[in-house]
Amino acid sequence: MTAKTYTPAAATVRLRRLPPPLIALILAGVLFLVGGLAAPGFANPNQAINIARLAAFLGIISIGQTLVIISGNEGIDLSAGALVTLGAILTFRISGGQNEMIPVALAAVLLTGAAVGLINGLAIAFLKMPPLVMTLGMAGVVTGLIYLVTRGELIGDDPPLLGQLFSEQLIGPVPGVIILWLLIGVVMWVVLERTTYGKHLFAIGVNRTTARLSGVRVTRTLVITYTLAGALAAFAGFVLLAFTKTVFLNLGDPYLFPSIIAVVVGGTLLSGGKGSYWGTMAGALVLQVLTSLLRALGIEPAGQMVIYGVILLLIITFYGRQRSLRQ
Amino acid sequence: MTTRTAPSSTRQFGKAFSRYPWLYSLIMLVVLLVINRSLQDNLFELFAVNGNLRVWLPAMLLAAGQTMVVIAGGIDMSVGGILSMCNAILATQIPSDATAERFITVIAISLLAGLAAGALNGFGVTYLRLQPIVTTYATSFIFSGIALQILPEPGGRLPRDVTTFFRNPIGDAVPVPALVIVGILIFWYVLTRTRFRQYLFGSGSKAEAAYATGVPVSRVRFTTYLLSGLFAALAAVALTMGNGTGNPRAGDLMTLPSVVAVVLGGTALSGGRGSVIGSLIGVAILGSISNVLSFAQIDRWVRPLTDALIIVVALAVPGVFALVRRMRR
Repeated sequence: MTAKTYTPAAATVRLRRLPPPLIALILAGVLFLVGGLAAPGFANPNQAINIARLAAFLGIISIGQTLVIISGNEGIDLSAGALVTLGAILTFRISGGQNEMIPVALAAVLLTGAAVGLINGLAIAFLKMPPLVMTLGMAGVVTGLIYLVTRGELIGDDPPLLGQLFSEQLIGPVPGVIILWLLIGVVMWVVLERTTYGKHLFAIGVNRTTARLSGVRVTRTLVITYTLAGALAAFAGFVLLAFTKTVFLNLGDPYLFPSIIAVVVGGTLLSGGKGSYWGTMAGALVLQVLTSLLRALGIEPAGQMVIYGVILLLIITFYGRQRSLRQ
Repeated sequence: MTTRTAPSSTRQFGKAFSRYPWLYSLIMLVVLLVINRSLQDNLFELFAVNGNLRVWLPAMLLAAGQTMVVIAGGIDMSVGGILSMCNAILATQIPSDATAERFITVIAISLLAGLAAGALNGFGVTYLRLQPIVTTYATSFIFSGIALQILPEPGGRLPRDVTTFFRNPIGDAVPVPALVIVGILIFWYVLTRTRFRQYLFGSGSKAEAAYATGVPVSRVRFTTYLLSGLFAALAAVALTMGNGTGNPRAGDLMTLPSVVAVVLGGTALSGGRGSVIGSLIGVAILGSISNVLSFAQIDRWVRPLTDALIIVVALAVPGVFALVRRMRR
């Protein structure tokens, strides 16, 4: 490699050496500024805060997804969307719009989500079911449970405190959900990089056999991961209610695949063993800037979908590539 | 090695199951059909058979294409999008007074559109080496967007002759969908009698080893995406001829079930093992479950849960058997 070539190709190579989370963050910034040029009035502080707020919801839904994907062996959680719906509906119903019931609702949300995640984890660890299929089936079961219990009638209300805490301005112009998201980012960094659980998670993601041989309790780590993912997805529903203020039967579905894409755009490998939550945060920002920008440009829905797909392809082409067979 | 030798009949069963991964799903289908028959007297009469096959055919074609992608180690999350796109083309370009010539031309165009869509997926996955699930999810936006552009609202009406031909058994004896299903089976039979079979299964089970022994892994994978696009377009033809109209969101809810059908049919999501026959059975299983629940008059708010639970249990049973076998050792 000669150091003094400044061809675009060389620049691309150099850019590719940057850590993916940083690339994603730069990409989000560039998209935001491009948006400012293309749609006058797009790039202003209020819009930035609004995008960050929406990205925070997606980012919180992607926490569990990040953990599950790092755990490897085609790890993925397709029950996250249904669990988000469940979390929001539980909060809506249990709190009934009363602030003092929020802790009870939160406890119920976390426990239910954890229970669903535990079943996912047990089936994947012991019955060796492919995560994609098991969690997809579980999404059906959770949705079925929602239908069974509510019979389509969604009674309840959103507690005002929830909106004040997360959705409305809390510190200066910044809504609470952004602060919560930053805190989660720090916690996730500690969990992934500084705890035994984090080390074990990466170990089983790289290679289950070597992990087992070096003393990692693979099954336990796996079950814990899916349980956490379930609880966190339901928690995301709890937070989402602060924003939507109402619930419906497929509230969480539109967030399912974006939660996976955010993880991938953030540089976490779908094959497991490598990744970070910082990356996911940057990925969520990229997706939200893109969505908001397409909306601001006033392109009709069909065009929005096509452009979204094309840009997504371009982003993953940039650094989502796998190893060549020839190596 | 176990010290205890299994009875020879059990061992033979085991051998048969590993040779025909769809045997377990066939047993499940038979059980479901028996239950279905006890609830629905005319289940095996021509009218009901014709109706069921017509409803299942688009999903069967999608699942058949999906199977080949999965066996070669990939996944195609865009089959629903391709179906919507081709459905929109067919419904808008075939007017109710279309000539036979026009009808055939438009079908050819939509099959080409399906192939082009598959080529885009194949290009992304094999030549750009992108991760299959993300690539095909991204392209599904492109295809769904195109569908919405061509046909913003559900609509279009095919010539009455076309729908009449498709809906009624030929000579009051042979349902048209049954002929298509036989066609898929012949296609699979011929495919697995050629060298492509080794290539397909080799690319899925041990890609590096296959590559080292001269299997053109990238070309094989590319071909599976092409085939998946083509089968999705064929599914659109079947759907459009059955319904006589178009819906830009027709395929939205068909992608994930196609994966479930493939897995129910005994194909391994990790690649290298499976069969199109199993996936056809998988679709029939999913269809029969919903038939049984509907004829058993299960309350409509209870049905989604029952449906999902049966599917999860059906998916889990092979795992339970494997667990029991491991624990015995």
